[in-house]
Amino acid sequence: MSISEADVRHVAMLARLALSDEQITRLQGELNSILGNIEKMQELDLEGVEPTSHSIPLRNATRPDVVRPGLSRDLALLNAPQAENGAFVIPRIVGAEEGA
Amino acid sequence: MSQKTDLAGLSARAIREGIAGKRFSAGDVVEATYAHIDVHEPGIHAFNELTPDLARAAAAHIDAKVAAGEELPPLAGVPAALKDNMNLVGTHTTCSSRILSDFKSPYDCTAVRRLLDAGALPIGKCNMDEFAFGSSTENSAFGVTHNPWDLSRVPGGSSGGSAAAVAARMVTVSLGSDTGGSIRQPGALTGTVAMKPTYGRVSRYGIVAFASSLDQIGPFSRSVEDAALVLNAISGHDDTDATSVREPVPDFTATLGDGVKGLRVGLVRDMLDLEGCAAEVREATEMSVRTLESLGAQVGEIDLPMSQHGLAAYYIIGPAEASSNLARFDGIRYGHRVSDPSDVVDLYMRSRAEGFGPETIRRIMLGTYALSAGYYDAYYGTAQKTRTLITREFDAAFEQFDVLVTPTSPTVAFKIGEKAEDPLSMYLSDVFTIPLNLAGLPGVSIPCAKSESTGLPIGVQIIGKHFDEATMLRVAAALEGALDLDMRPPAA
Repeated sequence: MSISEADVRHVAMLARLALSDEQITRLQGELNSILGNIEKMQELDLEGVEPTSHSIPLRNATRPDVVRPGLSRDLALLNAPQAENGAFVIPRIVGAEEGA
Repeated sequence: MSQKTDLAGLSARAIREGIAGKRFSAGDVVEATYAHIDVHEPGIHAFNELTPDLARAAAAHIDAKVAAGEELPPLAGVPAALKDNMNLVGTHTTCSSRILSDFKSPYDCTAVRRLLDAGALPIGKCNMDEFAFGSSTENSAFGVTHNPWDLSRVPGGSSGGSAAAVAARMVTVSLGSDTGGSIRQPGALTGTVAMKPTYGRVSRYGIVAFASSLDQIGPFSRSVEDAALVLNAISGHDDTDATSVREPVPDFTATLGDGVKGLRVGLVRDMLDLEGCAAEVREATEMSVRTLESLGAQVGEIDLPMSQHGLAAYYIIGPAEASSNLARFDGIRYGHRVSDPSDVVDLYMRSRAEGFGPETIRRIMLGTYALSAGYYDAYYGTAQKTRTLITREFDAAFEQFDVLVTPTSPTVAFKIGEKAEDPLSMYLSDVFTIPLNLAGLPGVSIPCAKSESTGLPIGVQIIGKHFDEATMLRVAAALEGALDLDMRPPAA
């Protein structure tokens, strides 16, 4: 499976990364090289093998349904690049003509 | 300080006893520590941030206990450094990334909190590969860390600052995190004791996540006993990490002196024969196993052919989980944000591209591709099934053996810049350590020899069964005692 330049651009959009043409070209080569080395794994006989998502057997971890303090609003906003009136500020998403 | 004790070289136990016996104070330890750092840090650059105010406050607390005649906690007055992906209120947590360069810790990482509650003094936050992606600490936005054994070489990574700080005696112990070898490989390259506990043994709450099913926090130290003392302090279930387990936590120091008589030690033969494993590393590993045999261990050999697929599985699972975890860096709630976004998608895309370094972008891209529609089964599904086979192979090996032995790193410390342009050759640095993360097993690297040609340290990895760090550390302590190496580097 070889990755095309269009694939790289598509993945960059999925990953929300604004990459330059130079970065796209470089990553195309690097990803193909890395994935080429990974393909040996695909020769393994994996018929009927269960996937592992977690290495230690764990059942659902629950705790008593009791309210306990969480992060305060001030702490949650401590690192906000832009905050106002106790909220994160983001660019307008709904168009101006539709009203805010 | 009233006498010329070399406080920088003392063990955790000796520091606690010295303070309890009033031969020196915790305050003396802090001042001696920063004086030593002043000398060595400019050439090494192990730290992103020093925290003398926090350290002095912690020392004053210990000295007040001494004055009041109270019992001291087990790590009282022990200088400790933290990898810069662990939150501690009053410090920044940058992950050595531009995107988090101003991030202030909003709360404490559980493992850090437990270490400090055991009396350790927080000396500073250590440099690392950005978001722990790397094996050399060259992928830091704040400059490379130099190996105290040879300043032209890397300390390994990603926890390279934590390793170098301990090796250069700037601190007694430190914490690192290990997703594919990021504690053990820098441990080998700096001649320190470096342990990854069993997955689930130590809470991951408050550490910036790389790959949630693989990450584990563990210690660097200059002795196996100090590693056991730190593990005692940081282990155990934590309500705020649902994957931390409720297994009982033994006193890991209690059995360190029990020796290896009758223990079954398995040398992993096919790993030694792997292309790229240096002859001096192979010989040092074989010598270590012969030493254990001379101490009474029953030694055998085993092949782990499935583990050779570990690297491939890891370079799907690690980046896949990382690409998901790093989606949280959106330029809105924290981190770098472009000043003039045209809309919210533009804000995300340019803030992330400007904030992340090249290796981080590479891993996010690799992981996003592996998880994307049409490729998920071929890559992620295959990797997760391979992970099952690797775990089964270890389970079978542990029916024959109590511990397994491999090299930690295929080579000694390499030159700064040597592998920086070749991601694949860098990835091979972790070929012996990665299978343990995939299987969730504990492993410890201890120094076992110095290279005859370069004088650089060589590490050997001892692998234990799940939650049997005690036996693993017991073997490590026996080997450490028998080899009795002087592991003080030139820059210390």
